[in-house]
Parts: sequence; C-alpha cells; structure tokens
Amino acid sequence: MILLIQYTLIFAAVLILVALGGMFSERSGIINLGLEGIMVFGAMAGAMVMVLLPSHASKATIIILTLVAAAVAGMLSSLFIAVACINFKADQTLIGTALNMLATASATVIVKAFNTSRSDGTDFSAKLDYVTGHKAFLIHIGELEVSWFIIVAALLLICSTVFFYKTKFALRLRACGEHPQAADSVGINVYAMRYAGVLLSGFLGGLGGIIYIAAANSTWHFDYGVAGAGFLALAVMIFGQWKPERIAWSAVLFAVFRSLSNVNGGIDFLANLHIPGTIYNMFPYIVSLIVLALTSKNSRAPKAEGIPYDKGAR
Amino acid sequence: MDKDDYVIEMLHIRKEFPGIVANDDITLQLKRGEIHALLGENGAGKSTLMSVLFGLYTPEKGIIKKNGKEVRIKNPNDATALGIGMVHQHFMLVDIFTVLDNIILGAEPNKFGFLTKEAARKRVIQLSEKYNLKVDPDAKIEDITVGMQQRVEILKMLYRDNEVLIFDEPTAVLTPQEIDELMKIMKELAAEGKSILFITHKLNEIKEVADRCSILRKGKYIGTVDVENTTKEELSSLMVGHSVSLKVDKKEAQPADTVLQIKDLCVKSKLHNKDCVHNVSFDVKAGEIVCIAGIDGNGQTELIGGLTGLENISGGQILLDGEDITRKSIRYKNTHGISHVPEDRHKHGLVLDYSLEDNMVLQRYYEPKFSRFGLLKRDTIRSYSDRLTKQFDVRSGEGARTVVRSMSGGNQQKAIIAREMDRDHKLLIAVQPTRGLDVGAIEYIHKAIVNERDQGSAILLVSLELDEVMNLSDRILVMYEGEIVGEVDPKKTTLQELGLYMSGAKKDTGKEA
Repeated sequence: MILLIQYTLIFAAVLILVALGGMFSERSGIINLGLEGIMVFGAMAGAMVMVLLPSHASKATIIILTLVAAAVAGMLSSLFIAVACINFKADQTLIGTALNMLATASATVIVKAFNTSRSDGTDFSAKLDYVTGHKAFLIHIGELEVSWFIIVAALLLICSTVFFYKTKFALRLRACGEHPQAADSVGINVYAMRYAGVLLSGFLGGLGGIIYIAAANSTWHFDYGVAGAGFLALAVMIFGQWKPERIAWSAVLFAVFRSLSNVNGGIDFLANLHIPGTIYNMFPYIVSLIVLALTSKNSRAPKAEGIPYDKGAR
Repeated sequence: MDKDDYVIEMLHIRKEFPGIVANDDITLQLKRGEIHALLGENGAGKSTLMSVLFGLYTPEKGIIKKNGKEVRIKNPNDATALGIGMVHQHFMLVDIFTVLDNIILGAEPNKFGFLTKEAARKRVIQLSEKYNLKVDPDAKIEDITVGMQQRVEILKMLYRDNEVLIFDEPTAVLTPQEIDELMKIMKELAAEGKSILFITHKLNEIKEVADRCSILRKGKYIGTVDVENTTKEELSSLMVGHSVSLKVDKKEAQPADTVLQIKDLCVKSKLHNKDCVHNVSFDVKAGEIVCIAGIDGNGQTELIGGLTGLENISGGQILLDGEDITRKSIRYKNTHGISHVPEDRHKHGLVLDYSLEDNMVLQRYYEPKFSRFGLLKRDTIRSYSDRLTKQFDVRSGEGARTVVRSMSGGNQQKAIIAREMDRDHKLLIAVQPTRGLDVGAIEYIHKAIVNERDQGSAILLVSLELDEVMNLSDRILVMYEGEIVGEVDPKKTTLQELGLYMSGAKKDTGKEA
C-alpha cells in the first residue's frame, strides 16, 4: 500500500507539472503538443548533470543543479515551438509533433555518443545510470520514502495556482489565449505573452521530465523517450479544464491508475485477481481515452488557441 | 466655450494601402465637449482614419494635434496615454472574464504584480452609477446581453479617464431600445465634457445626437456640416455623391397563390426546456412581401431556423406549394424552391476563406452544370460567378478569385443576395438583409427585393429595423415571445402601434393568422 502511495505521488507530481506547463502555453494561445519532447530534453539534461557531477558533491548541489539543468533544457527546447509558432506562424500541431519526434531521436543519439566517448568505445548504449544522483533526492518520513522532487512539484503547484488567479501577468496571459485582439487593443504585447506561456511550459515540462525518470529509477533508457507521459499530461490538462486546481485532482486520479501498473503484484487483493500486468500497463491510457471521450463535449479550451496572432489582420 | 477649442485635430492625413489610398488629405477637427459624427459609406475610409487616431496605423502624411500640440501616436498605448479611447465595432472583450476583469485588463491595479481588485471594483461601481451604465462587475461577459457588453466597453474608456471617446458603429448590434439608451448616455458624456467621435452611416442617429458631422467619400474629405441646419436628404447625398431616395419605390402588391404555409410550428429553445417558437401559423403568397417584425430574441431566428432546416422542429407543419416539406433535408429545401439570405452572413451565408466564385456555387457545385464525374468545372464556375458579380454589382479586389473575407460587408451581402436570387426559387427568405450596411447598399438591396416580388416570388422578410419594416413590407406580422401577436397593414398602422405589439402590450388573440 505504501508503495502505491509512493508511486502515485511521483506520477502525480510529473503529471501536475507537465499539465500545468501545457496549461500556461494553451492559455496564452499556443497549443503545446510538444510536451513529450520537452520532457525528454529536460530528462536528458538532468540525467547528464547527475552522471557528470563528482561523487563527493553535496546533496544540495546535486538537487539544485539537476533541477536547473532540466528546467533550462526544457525552456530551450520550448523555444523551438515559440519561434516556429509565434514568429513564423507555423501550424502548432505539426510543430509539437515534430518536436516529439526530434526529442526522442536526438536524445538517443546524444546519449549514445556521450556513453561512447566516456567509455572509450566499450559502451554505446542509450542508457544512463545515476544511482548517486537518484539517492540524493530521497528523504524518509517514517516508512514512506519521498523525494525532493515531490516537494518541489507541490511548491510549484501552489505557486502556479496563486500566480494563475491572482497576478496581473496571468490575467494578461489568459486574455491572449481567449481574445488576442482585445488584449492588443489595451496595449498588451500578445507575442511577448505567448512567448512567456510557451517558456513556462518548457520550464515545467523539463522539470516533469527529470522527475519522471529519476524519482523512481536510478537508470533510464533514452530510446524509450518518456513513454507517452507528455500525452498523458495533455489528457490531464484537458480533463482539468485548463485550471490548476482541477489539473491537480485529475493528475492524482490518473496517477493512481498509472502506479497500479507498477505495484499491482504487491497488493494481495489485486494479485489474487490474476490479471496480466500488461492490462494494468494499459490502464492509464484506456482511462484517459474514456474520460476524454465522455468529458470533451463540455470542455472549453481557450478560444484563440492554435490560431497564430497576426497584428495586421482584423 | 471658445469657438475653436479643438481637443483633437487630424490635419491632412494620408494613408495608403497597397493599391488604394484609404485616406487622401483628410482633415478632422473635434471640439471639446461635442458629439462629432463621421459619416461615410463602407469603404469610405472612416475606420482607417480612426485606426490612425488610435495608433493602429501610421499615416504617410499629415499630423495629429492634441490640445493644439502636435503628438505622435504609434500604438494604442500612446492613444490611451493621450486620453483617447475607442469602442470597437466588434467588441474587444474576453468572454470568460468577468466585467471587472475586462475593464481593468491592461491597466490593472496591482501590488508587486498581484491584482488588487477592491479599489477597482469601487471605482467601476461609482462610474457606472454616475453615468447610469448599469453593469454587474462580477458577471461573465458571455452571460450578459450585447447592450450590457457595450456598456462595459464604455466603462473601459471611463475607467482609463479617456476624454476623447471613439464609437465605431456602436448601434449596428443593438435593439431599438438599447440604441435609445446609448444615445442618452452619449449626450450625458458630452455634457460632462467628454468629446465624442461617432462613426456611423445611420442618418437618424446623427440627427438625434450629433452636433457636427464630417463626411468622407471614397477616401476623400467632403466637408463638415452643422447637423442642426442640414436635412437627412442633404446628408445622404453628401455621403453617396448623388441623391438617394430613402423611401422605397414600389407598386401595389399583387398577391397570387399561396406559396408558403406554416401550421402550428414549434421550435424548442436551446437555452431552456421550452418552445421559443410556439404554435406559429401564417402563410406567404406569391408576389407579396411579408415581414416579421419584433424585438431581437423573440423567436425570429429560431422560426427561420426551423423553416430552413438549420434547427430542429418540435411540432407543426411546413407546406411549400402544397407539398409537405417539414421533415425534408436542407438540400431538398434548397433545390425545391427556397432561397435564404441568412441573418449571420459570416456564419451561415459564406465560407469566408473561400473565393468569391466558390461561394457563388456553394449549394450547386454538384450540379451537372458545375461538375462532371465529381470534378469541378472551374471555367463554368468562373464565368457564372463573373456574370453574377457583374449583374449585381459586387465589387471585389481580385474578381472571382477574391477571398471573401477580404471583401467589405456590403459586397459580401450583395454576393449572397446575387447567389440566392439567381437560384430557382418560389420563396425568398431574407433575414435582416441590410444589417450593418450603408445607405447605398441598402437602397440597392431594397430595390432588388421589391423587384423579386414583382417577378412573382413570395418573400418572407425578418427585420429589426422599423424603417425597413414599414417601407418594404406589404404585410407585417409581429412576433413576441415566440408567438405571432398581431398582423398589421403597413399603410394603416403607425410606428407607435407597432411598438405596442412588439413590446407585448397589445395582442390580437383568437385571430386566425
């Protein structure tokens, strides 16, 4: 049972951060289908920092540098979306998909090259081991093993919620996703706001990426990308109606199903049902399909999302 | 007041767009505390001129002076800083925000970036009481009426302490009652010392509120007149360059056989579980114009929706030439004698991003005339479109290939009228065919409709403009809360009587319509 809670917390943290990222981007008017790719870049950068840091580095150094690396990598990769969609007014769906394909492929290539050069040609796998780094994040509360990652995610959730509802900046950002012409007419720079939205999604998506691979594992094969977690986060965002508090709840719901696939053997009741593990693995994806099919009729996406803003057109 | 106390002067403004000169040496001088109307047809350059003043366009030539001093307005922020505010024709409001959030957007009171709404709320309530602009600060925009949305736009300007207020065709979307109210508000604002620029092509409104009126025609400045000493006829001939008859010229109607017969038609409301068209029965004969009058939102839209097939019918019967077409498809109705000029030309009339020629064959592209083996005959479509545009004087930048979105509202409407009138039809349904159009285009469309009638078509007109109702129709049916409450003869009735029916104060009960 404790294992279930542990895994649920981890997956919830990932889904919350990435879905919040998607929310900020879409609220500013840019559909971000590239969350998956952003996560991969964030994960790769964070993992590399953990591998490269000397073994005597203090815990705090490891934690901070890893998080910073993941966030920065996420933001840099999201710039790809920002430049293409805002400056060049490219199709946002295509650009997001392109980033996803690019991310997994280039992560594989980069990590392989990285391993090859470090091992003098004996190791050319796309796998990174970061046992020390993984351990640095762990803290124990009683029997429960939690990770600094989860605390960071909880703090960011609170900050995001306050930011979203209470600040001038977020009010302007939301206006740009609904009615950019109106925002423009009161002197708001729509392009800048959309850049901000996309960069925020890069920041949160990158962090989500490193949490996904490092909170429960001490090793990762980068040729798997992040196994659709970014898309799951998109489903969470839609189910959460582009609102932070609802995103938090739906992330927990999805996370429960996701963690069942990891721990079903450890819970007697479930183990006795003798359902093959693959069924549990399918669970979160099937649930997201069903949930979205049932709720999407009432979902209300930001009105201007997906439409490039053109100052001249009226 | 000093006679030449100008708050805004736009001197010798010239603004070019590729291919056309939108503003050619235009001078506009706005006195402090006056309501100054800017009159001109669609495409005369009014909106361009106001966009220059609001900082959306930079003029090639000319200067703008505020209180006698030359200023440069490069963007809307500069305009706001100079106290210039604008109510755009299409409201600039965020649907899912509250009234208060919309008003403060862009000028948010804040502490370290965090919103401090309390003071703003007090200020908004204070302003709304002072100027009698009733709004609920916490209501969402999507839940309030168009009239209230406009009050929010006005409050946006007042909240920013703007002293020059631009109204871009503010009455196009309002009901007659809301228009009266707006006129009153504008007068109060002017009395408070605000200066108002009022863009319009409705002469009645100019006569009612404006002190002076500047006229533009085809990008050129024609002159400025005192409204008090100028008649409507003079104004309209200044605007279009030749005299226009505001009365519709038409002969006595010659009603023949009944074409359309509606029996006990009911249409369910989308908003609540009630009929918004309730047991409506009437008929329309060939060679007559029957007009459905009423205040917006009394079931007219749904009635036409049910008739044309855009909405589901919950009861009743529709007969066209005696044939029951109640449950027929929209295409069947289209091909069996109903032409429809829809209320919302952007939503139901045209595919805005298609070319003019493709829009012209929207309902007919599959006919053997226009396609063979599923492939379109582009040449035939082109020549067909060219013939219609020529016949109906539809003007567009690149002829048949013009993307319809780039055409002016008047020409878009003319294109729809051309398409609908050219199709074989026994019945023409026209819903607000002149909404938002200028005098020249209105005159043209009215003539075309009367001409249709004289050719023997049955015509069902729905209009909110009382002048149009009185001038054009041969028979008036008044709709109130989903029912036909009266039938009157336009020659025997008065506007007052019509008003009583429209407001539900008078009803003909027990009458077989």
